[in-house]
Amino acid sequence: MSKTLLLGNEAVARGLYEAGVTVVSAYPGTPSTEITENAVQYKNNIYAEWAPNEKVAFEVAFGAATGGARSFCAMKHVGLNVAADPLYTASYIGVNGGMVCAVADDPGMHSSQNEQDSRRHAIAAKVPMLEPADSAECLAFTKLAYTLSEQFDTPVLLRLCTRIAHSRSLVETAPRQEVALKPYTKNVMKNVMMPAMARPRHEVVEKRTDALTAWAETAPLNREEMHSDEVGIICAGSAYLYAREAMGDGASYFKLGMVNPLPVESLKRFAAKVKRLIVVEELDDIIETHCRKIGLQVEGKSLFPRTGEFSQATIRAALGLPQPAFRTFGQEVPSRPPVLCAGCPHRGLYYAIKKFHPYVSGDIGCYTLGAAAPLSGMDTCVCMGASVSGLHGFNVARGPEQAKTSLAVIGDSTFIHSGITGLIDIVYNKGLSTVIVLDNSITGMTGHQNNPANGLRIDGEPTTAVDLEALARAIGIRRVQVVDPFNIDEVRRVVQEEMAAPEPSLIISRRPCALLKTVKHNPPLRVDPAVCIGCKACLQTGCPAISVHPDADGKQRARIDATQCVGCGVCSYACRPGAIKEGN
Amino acid sequence: MVKNILIVGVGGQGTLLASKIMGRVFTEQGYDVKVSEVHGMSQRGGSVVTYVRYGDAVYSPLIEKGEADLLLSFEELEAARWLPYLKEGGELITNTQQMDPMSVIMGNAVYPQDVTAKLKAAGVSVLALDALALARQAGSVRAVNTVLLGTAARRLLPDKQIWLETIRACVPAKTIDVNEKAFTLGFEA
Repeated sequence: MSKTLLLGNEAVARGLYEAGVTVVSAYPGTPSTEITENAVQYKNNIYAEWAPNEKVAFEVAFGAATGGARSFCAMKHVGLNVAADPLYTASYIGVNGGMVCAVADDPGMHSSQNEQDSRRHAIAAKVPMLEPADSAECLAFTKLAYTLSEQFDTPVLLRLCTRIAHSRSLVETAPRQEVALKPYTKNVMKNVMMPAMARPRHEVVEKRTDALTAWAETAPLNREEMHSDEVGIICAGSAYLYAREAMGDGASYFKLGMVNPLPVESLKRFAAKVKRLIVVEELDDIIETHCRKIGLQVEGKSLFPRTGEFSQATIRAALGLPQPAFRTFGQEVPSRPPVLCAGCPHRGLYYAIKKFHPYVSGDIGCYTLGAAAPLSGMDTCVCMGASVSGLHGFNVARGPEQAKTSLAVIGDSTFIHSGITGLIDIVYNKGLSTVIVLDNSITGMTGHQNNPANGLRIDGEPTTAVDLEALARAIGIRRVQVVDPFNIDEVRRVVQEEMAAPEPSLIISRRPCALLKTVKHNPPLRVDPAVCIGCKACLQTGCPAISVHPDADGKQRARIDATQCVGCGVCSYACRPGAIKEGN
Repeated sequence: MVKNILIVGVGGQGTLLASKIMGRVFTEQGYDVKVSEVHGMSQRGGSVVTYVRYGDAVYSPLIEKGEADLLLSFEELEAARWLPYLKEGGELITNTQQMDPMSVIMGNAVYPQDVTAKLKAAGVSVLALDALALARQAGSVRAVNTVLLGTAARRLLPDKQIWLETIRACVPAKTIDVNEKAFTLGFEA
């Protein structure tokens, strides 16, 4: 069988296919998104869907497992917080068909608001968690997780991190094993978690953890690699790769494939074979704490940081090994953080509202980039949906006058995910807040996934779209207005009206993402050198396609990068002398 | 032996396609390969980096400071930013295209002048080319990535046909022509 180069996430999707999974539900979240996107290619065998949020996705998968199918859900680390409620009780109930939930952590926060360690959820929910270190293990561990799930009657967590999920490495694929739907039998004592039934189930869960610990002692996914008796390194996942790269055969390794529950006797045996025992783990000290609890003398966070992503350089630095020589440019290199794309509809909205200097309660998505200067369009960003409920709290605390100068901004997909409940809270409790849904017809930041508001399923098939205007009216919002974010005057008029209105309002700022293939672009705009006075008013749009430079005559003038400009026109609105003209 | 290639640029320039094609070519050559990518937030116009490693056995998906045999930069400022990752004696290929980051646009920072010349003066082995002009010549400004892939390819595995076959398999059918031209212009640069 030839080897193919697959992304970790693609390999998980392949594992789902090979394991006979038939039901997949997920909410997009970097770095987990591509698992579900790739599961779609197996649509003849696997039903895949985007759910409105991770809690729903988990419950759909759990319902499918109860119904006897092998099922799967995927989310990023913070998504598991949303799905934690069903997870903790699903642990008590167990499964019928096998169920696996992939959770992708983001050490270093490449695309996240925190770097929480999902292993804590596995411990708290008392469910097994596997952690692959490359794409081959992503595939193998996914399949193994279904065997474990059914053998031990439990949902299984599959922990990935950015460098595993988004790295390509070689895998050998195998054919799919069809798994028959298991019969469903009503079993109230197991499946209805009321106190009388849940108490005995908790006993079952504790015994299950003991049984899994015993399994972990001899399971081949936890393995010793003996090279040296000087240093022994206990590690899992990406940390194993970094340690192996830095130390090579100069250390022995205990590579854990299952990070919850952790083995006891096999770790003690490994410890006895080496003089110095070191735990290498990104983020929290989970393995280290376990080792201490079982009486092992280990070093860990005394050497390594609890923050950020590791690499081979982290290992070398911690252990005092030499680092390769390198050069620096010798001059400050300006930073280049991500920005709203040229032609992004969010730019028009932020540019328009900046005039009012409002308090802006922000949310999670591409539009969070509007927080950066010069748009500086956000006061807070916490988690999915928090813009709406957080604005309500802010306004309640500060009184009715505050509502006249404050807004929430939330994307279409985020609004569906968990903004709706906050809006209901505002209406129900007679709040005055104004909420703007930035409806760009797509889930943008995670790389263009369809969602319940854009009328397309995961595979592009048309479906019923959530009617945001009707939804707002149905929950009791009487003031609903739709604006085009590129019509700056209109946005300003409507935002002013709605902030002043003595009742809650919903404004829908509607224009599709500029990166969508269906969006037609205008020719790049051009600067008339006879009119441009180099005043830099256009720069206040924060567009990456426009900058001001001295021309050959020494005068400063705006310059538009024709490779980026899509002719959205926000800069020509901002241009006071009218120097920015339509292109040809 | 493991060879390390660091591909850097600005989100949206198409570094991922270049790394994907490299990964496939080295896999077909029988190497162990790891390609590490950045998805999500950083893709939106930020500084992006992709790591390509191949050899007998590759462990870490990352390339650290002083470890890159080849630094392939899609933008001039990014070449300066990522210079520390280049190994002593390693080779730098950079596009001379300049894209102002927001801090420069807003006047809070200065885009360094004569980056390529300064790198050369510091003794770095630099090959600088105007990949944007070559992409335009090939028929699309979007083919900058394939031009630069061509330039790197010649130094990694000088059998042009192997690369062209993989490109044909990886790009949309209607862009094969442009990409073949772009690759060839880069290859010969």
